[in-house]
Amino acid sequence: MASAIRLVGVTKRYDDRSPPAVRSLDLEVEDGELVALIGPSGCGKTTTLRMINRLVEPTDGRIEVAGVDVRSVDATQLRRGIGYVIQQAGLFPHRTVAQNIAVVPRALRWDRARIAARVEELADLVGLERSLLARYPDELSGGQQQRVGVARALAADPPVLLMDEPFGAVDPIVRARLQGELSDLQRRLHKTIVLVTHDLDEAVRLADRVAVMSLGGVVEQYASPDEVLRAPANEFVEEFVGADRGMKRLRLHTVGELPFLQGPVVDEATTPAEALATLDRLGSDWLGVTRDGTFAGWVHRTSIGEAPLSRLQLHIPAAQVTPDSTLHSAVELIMSSDTSVAVIDDGGRFGGVVTLEHVRGALARGRGR
Amino acid sequence: MHPAQATNPIIRWEYLVDEWDQISEALVQHLRLTVVSVALGVVLATGLSAVALRFRWAATPITTTTAVIYTIPSVALFGILVPYTGLSMWTAVIPLVGYTLLVLVTNFVAGFRAVPAAVRDAADGMGMSRVRRTLGVDLPIAAPYLIAGLRIATVSTVGLVTVAAVVGQGGLGRLVLDGLRRSFWTPMVVGSSLSILLALGLDLVIHLVGRWLTPWARRRAT
Repeated sequence: MASAIRLVGVTKRYDDRSPPAVRSLDLEVEDGELVALIGPSGCGKTTTLRMINRLVEPTDGRIEVAGVDVRSVDATQLRRGIGYVIQQAGLFPHRTVAQNIAVVPRALRWDRARIAARVEELADLVGLERSLLARYPDELSGGQQQRVGVARALAADPPVLLMDEPFGAVDPIVRARLQGELSDLQRRLHKTIVLVTHDLDEAVRLADRVAVMSLGGVVEQYASPDEVLRAPANEFVEEFVGADRGMKRLRLHTVGELPFLQGPVVDEATTPAEALATLDRLGSDWLGVTRDGTFAGWVHRTSIGEAPLSRLQLHIPAAQVTPDSTLHSAVELIMSSDTSVAVIDDGGRFGGVVTLEHVRGALARGRGR
Repeated sequence: MHPAQATNPIIRWEYLVDEWDQISEALVQHLRLTVVSVALGVVLATGLSAVALRFRWAATPITTTTAVIYTIPSVALFGILVPYTGLSMWTAVIPLVGYTLLVLVTNFVAGFRAVPAAVRDAADGMGMSRVRRTLGVDLPIAAPYLIAGLRIATVSTVGLVTVAAVVGQGGLGRLVLDGLRRSFWTPMVVGSSLSILLALGLDLVIHLVGRWLTPWARRRAT
């Protein structure tokens, strides 16, 4: 795929006395890709972002957007073609929500009807009630303001979006919701997005690739979130992603990705003797029973006697997941239930079981997304 | 009680009728001096504020200078100018403009500094030119501060104009001075009252125009 954004040997030096904020940075972002720049504060990630739309002029090096050197284009023209979202939203307090969203279309001299239609379309797209369009930004909640910020950035449908800590100023619950919405939006719009964040979970959740940066704008590792978590390139990255990186990876994978595992589960037509043999073979005390391909419940081995399995009183399964569940929620369920396995409910049919050993084995094999 | 005062009531209503031409002329002159002084003050303060905002090092010298001007006793300043500008309007206007600067520059600078950095950043990031941003974003956001400064400057100028009567200008101040010279209460009361009413009236007008210009600030308050 083509590179939507390319940085080659980019250096930014704010003054001669201090070391450069960014030193000889190379970075490529592919078309339609969401890349997160992450690192400790002062690592130059925001400077890097701001050099792409020339809010900061690089001291040296070359930056291309869609194959065009950004310095060959007028800065204001360049910026109108690149969406820009910032932490505090930066909405104009003296303009209504609709007018805020319409800033770039108006600068591009769209006609009134087209702007009005686009504003309503964007309000729907970012989940903003249309009744809010006539309000002023100060009358909106933080989450709503941030939605307006995203709508404003998307107004003229730019192929590239730059986001600087876009969800940093909202509370964790709203942040999680906005992240989910951005994720959905990106699946539909396929923008090229560069997102600056200091929140690893945000980067892991949203990004196709993560660039972990250290002081001086040095990219320590540039890879998929899973790879960064599974195989940190060096000590810096390992320390940055933290000791719970294995747990973080659980959120990146779904139950559906695991190889099928039957577990101690049999059909109700199975004879009691065969059922006990299965339990012995697997070293399990609990037997799962399916009826017409659907999981019916659990029964303890002490309850199994002469009677057919279909007559036994079954425990309704507590730990049930779907193929779309993350491994994180599967593990969570297993840890909080009294069976050591979770049953996969694949659209009503028994889809195998998940065990902790099963999850660990799959992650150890390093299956990527 | 002094015998003269017994026959010298606070106000003689016939004075209003007999001297109406003089009173209205004084009122018009008062208004003109105020408007001209504040308008010139706004022009000068705009330039000074722009310099103060553009060059950080210039901010302190500018505000200090305007503060020093503000401390000069007004009677003295009017007097100093007489040898140069005679008893013309400028003898009154120049000091009056000088006195507006401290309030106006302070408020103008504060207003533009109050524009949130995130708003400026967003404006730049969306490809607004500097001129567009200044007029379309910075100016409206600074407006409540500018209007507040304008109100204070106007009210204080209306008061100061009366002092300019000592150099033959001064609008309603001339009535006050006249009354003082003749120990005649009526012109003093009329001059002072009209001066107060003029100040309050202009303040109200600017306040209302300001509200009309900044509807968003009003909504925020409710």
